[in-house]
Amino acid sequence: MNEALLRELVPAVIGVLVRRGADFASAEDAVQEALAGAVRTWPEDPPRDAKAWLVAAAWRRFLDAARAEAARRGREAAAAAEPPAGPVPGADDSLWLYFLCAHPSLSPASAAALTLRAVGGLTTRQIAAAYLVPEATMAQRISRAKRRIAGLPLDRPGDPATVLRVLYLVFNEGYGGDVDLAAEAIRLTRRLAGATGDPEAAGLLALMLLHHARRASRTGPGGRLVPLGEQDRSRWDTGLITEGVAVLQAALARDRLGEYQAQAAIAALHADAPSAEETDWVQITEWYDELLRLTGSPVVRLNRAVAVGEADGPQAGLAALEGVDPALPRYAAARAHLLERAGDLERAAELYAEASRAAASVPERDHLVREAARVRRSPRR
Amino acid sequence: MAKYLLLKHYRGAPASVNDAPMDRWTPEEVSAHMQYMRDFAARLEAAGEFVDSQALSPEGVFVRSGGEGRPPVTDGPFAETKDLIAGWMVIDVETYERALELAAELSAAPGAGGRPVQEWLEVRPFLAPASAAAE
Repeated sequence: MNEALLRELVPAVIGVLVRRGADFASAEDAVQEALAGAVRTWPEDPPRDAKAWLVAAAWRRFLDAARAEAARRGREAAAAAEPPAGPVPGADDSLWLYFLCAHPSLSPASAAALTLRAVGGLTTRQIAAAYLVPEATMAQRISRAKRRIAGLPLDRPGDPATVLRVLYLVFNEGYGGDVDLAAEAIRLTRRLAGATGDPEAAGLLALMLLHHARRASRTGPGGRLVPLGEQDRSRWDTGLITEGVAVLQAALARDRLGEYQAQAAIAALHADAPSAEETDWVQITEWYDELLRLTGSPVVRLNRAVAVGEADGPQAGLAALEGVDPALPRYAAARAHLLERAGDLERAAELYAEASRAAASVPERDHLVREAARVRRSPRR
Repeated sequence: MAKYLLLKHYRGAPASVNDAPMDRWTPEEVSAHMQYMRDFAARLEAAGEFVDSQALSPEGVFVRSGGEGRPPVTDGPFAETKDLIAGWMVIDVETYERALELAAELSAAPGAGGRPVQEWLEVRPFLAPASAAAE
């Protein structure tokens, strides 16, 4: 059995332990230990029923830990440490785990880490490597998060939007190690969308699939960033695009539009264009209008101005940029792009250089420096 | 082995020999420079001498405690005269001479006109943790 299949079982096994009366934090620890045991012993001695093996091993570890804890605290305290009786999650879904790990009382980074461990079945070491922090730091972040949500009722579904935000965060961030967090986020979102039937969960899944489809073409030699308009579209993953579009269409047919579906619709229109020149910017602008209506987000307003610039020309784009907060990340880059197209190369180069100084990542900074250099070198129109 | 910090400055170091701001280079020169830096780090890694490398944003402020119960006091953004660190590389090498040699190699990254930038890098030895034999 490979590691990915093993990890699939984690939420269900945590669920079994919780239904038997274990508290979430101890159940989660016990399952992680059982998992480590499985990785050690299964290659030599594979179990007949993987899930049953994990449940038995995790339960044994939970009991050992509970006994040790009781002995440490003494008899009196032990009685108080009995897991509280109360509503327990239903048999076959791990939805409650998603809600618990993305609980609004947790910071986004803690929620992401906890989700990756308890729902994704990743080890602390893998999560630490993905976020480039020491393992001890990540272990603390996770155990503090578990303490914070200890005692919360497990039977009440929370706001799906908080779960989606955490999954989107997992998709967008994560830099190192041997785990592909984007793929992991897609796996978790696919399961969530399947279990809830929520159109926004499907919208987020579609958005992830459509972005993921472009991944190979997004970076050039030496990790340099290749913007959408310059990507080699023959390298886009048509399988992922097809799936993303199908998931999106099914979601849109439910007629409960949300921000992820609108963003996915924009990504789908890009995916649909055989070349950058054939992009349907008019429709994309309409989707940005929709997105702006849904979110009122300043970032959406900024992206909309770029789309307007493509649909109706750079002057219209610059007009749409009026009133957008210049302090936003990428404002300078967007304005530079529009000014370049409007023929104001001098100012465009200055703004690209300014944008490079405010860039949030090395590839973005290098790209913007190159853009400034390119515009300075291009012949005056 | 001993660890050294190679510090690169946005401002505050003496002027490079080939001193033109990067956005005045050609895009190809910018790419060649980035490639040289990546190759250099990869060579160090292969040689077992690489520890860490990070780049810093030029944005930043000074901050100090405002006293008990008071919010932090900030001063900034940095004045134009301030020494400004752009990034660093940490290496673990056999000798001080090797540290200088590697810093010089890094400083020779190609710049405007494809000629080496020959910028000044700061080389700082780490204070080592107490060794087992030290008493």
